[in-house]
Amino acid sequence: MIVFGIETSCDETAAAVVADDRRLLANVVLSQLDDHRPYGGVVPEIAARSHLEAVDAVAAEALRRAGVGFADLDGIAVTGGPGLIGGVLVGVMTAKAFALVHGLPFVAVNHLEGHALTARLTDDVAFPYLLLLVSGGHCQLLIAEGVGRFTRLGTTIDDALGEAFDKSAKILGLGFPGGPAVEQAALQGDPQHFALPRPMKGRDDCHFSFSGLKTAVRQAVERLPGGRATPQDAADLCASFQAAAGDVLADRVARAAALFRAAHPEGSTLVVAGGVAANRYLRTRLDAAAAENGLKLVAPPIALCTDNGAMIAWAGLEHLRLGRRDSLDFRPRPRWPLDPDAPPVGYAGAKA
Amino acid sequence: MQEFSLARLVEDEAATAALAAAIARAARRRDVIALEGTLGAGKTVFARAFVRAFLGGEEVPSPTFTLVQAYDTPAFTIYHFDLYRLEDPEEAYELGIEDAFADGVSLIEWPDRLGSLLPAERLDVALSQGAAAEWRRIVLTGRGDWSSRLEELEYAFD
Repeated sequence: MIVFGIETSCDETAAAVVADDRRLLANVVLSQLDDHRPYGGVVPEIAARSHLEAVDAVAAEALRRAGVGFADLDGIAVTGGPGLIGGVLVGVMTAKAFALVHGLPFVAVNHLEGHALTARLTDDVAFPYLLLLVSGGHCQLLIAEGVGRFTRLGTTIDDALGEAFDKSAKILGLGFPGGPAVEQAALQGDPQHFALPRPMKGRDDCHFSFSGLKTAVRQAVERLPGGRATPQDAADLCASFQAAAGDVLADRVARAAALFRAAHPEGSTLVVAGGVAANRYLRTRLDAAAAENGLKLVAPPIALCTDNGAMIAWAGLEHLRLGRRDSLDFRPRPRWPLDPDAPPVGYAGAKA
Repeated sequence: MQEFSLARLVEDEAATAALAAAIARAARRRDVIALEGTLGAGKTVFARAFVRAFLGGEEVPSPTFTLVQAYDTPAFTIYHFDLYRLEDPEEAYELGIEDAFADGVSLIEWPDRLGSLLPAERLDVALSQGAAAEWRRIVLTGRGDWSSRLEELEYAFD
């Protein structure tokens, strides 16, 4: 089975071709970062326009690199949400057109499930596994029980971790995207120089809160002479920020691991997915946290942690081989939780 | 247009939330509430407490990534915008901001991004850092109908 996948839900126009023997035949990502850098983030209208301009060329390039034509495909997968609605629409309309013209099955993929199932493409991880999903828009701990079956253990009550990276980078004048900038600056910094909070650490649940961490970075800058961070201050703050984030992730993962092992004694794997999983320091911390809790960490290659088409093609393939497909009247879903039955977090009463 | 301002110093997040809840009780359909303040000033804390005044324990995540989150209450829909990443006011139309103004209650973070599209009749909530880490100065300015509502509310805040 060979499946074509399109991803346009955020700032990447991407397309890929994967086979059911876990071969990645092509993976094309047209980074739009040059378009977006002046804006300090992803602007939906601009994203939708850029996706529209690029998606045909990216799709054709993926097929060319894979050395396949539409006649060789067994299905078309596309991100159907959650995400910026303009971008998602572009991908969905393109995928529907391909499916209709070439008479191929169409499947709409949850972007988060794309991240969640990537480790099965790259490392053949078996269900069930514990999943930490960390990106610019999400921060969740889930148990992956099967294709389309997830139990949410915890989520952020305010900001996602990637968002905290972006905003801290903005406060420190490091530019966008914040993740790589903070990671780079932190290499020259002292992680103990600034005492930053560890929000939610020690709490008897698996939730996160990163809003207060960003606030603490701003307050630390305001207390510096002249209210400005020198390059060394910025490096120290970045290192201190990452150390705080690492402590929180390790603590939350330990809680989740206990719940996971109680529910699934045979489970042995912690998978980390999403753009923040590209951070090498946090990977190291998670590797240690997994080991301390009797789990093995699986982190996909960095190129498959950030948004890409391969994860969508693969998730689509997993659904298609279980006999699932979507009708062509599928409507994009700006909100699409992986676990619709998860109880809302409610007032966590978090003190930053 | 009538204008009325008042300022309060709050000593923690709970006090910000209580003030937001008091304002939520006075809110009406088509209200526009502009939340001003830098990163970490407490805009989302205010918005979260406002939404929860209607919906209890509802999850109110940061709208930075999605730019807008909508919450249906029995009386109206609350639209929580974060326009931080908008470059051109016109882009707000893509987010359905006209519908929000016409029919819902709009909570707007980074309202300056709207330029002249920001309605003149509104409640401004300006949050800034106080002397201690947890303290916030909150300046409320009612313009138009909110002017008299705010005068009535002043007693509720003390």
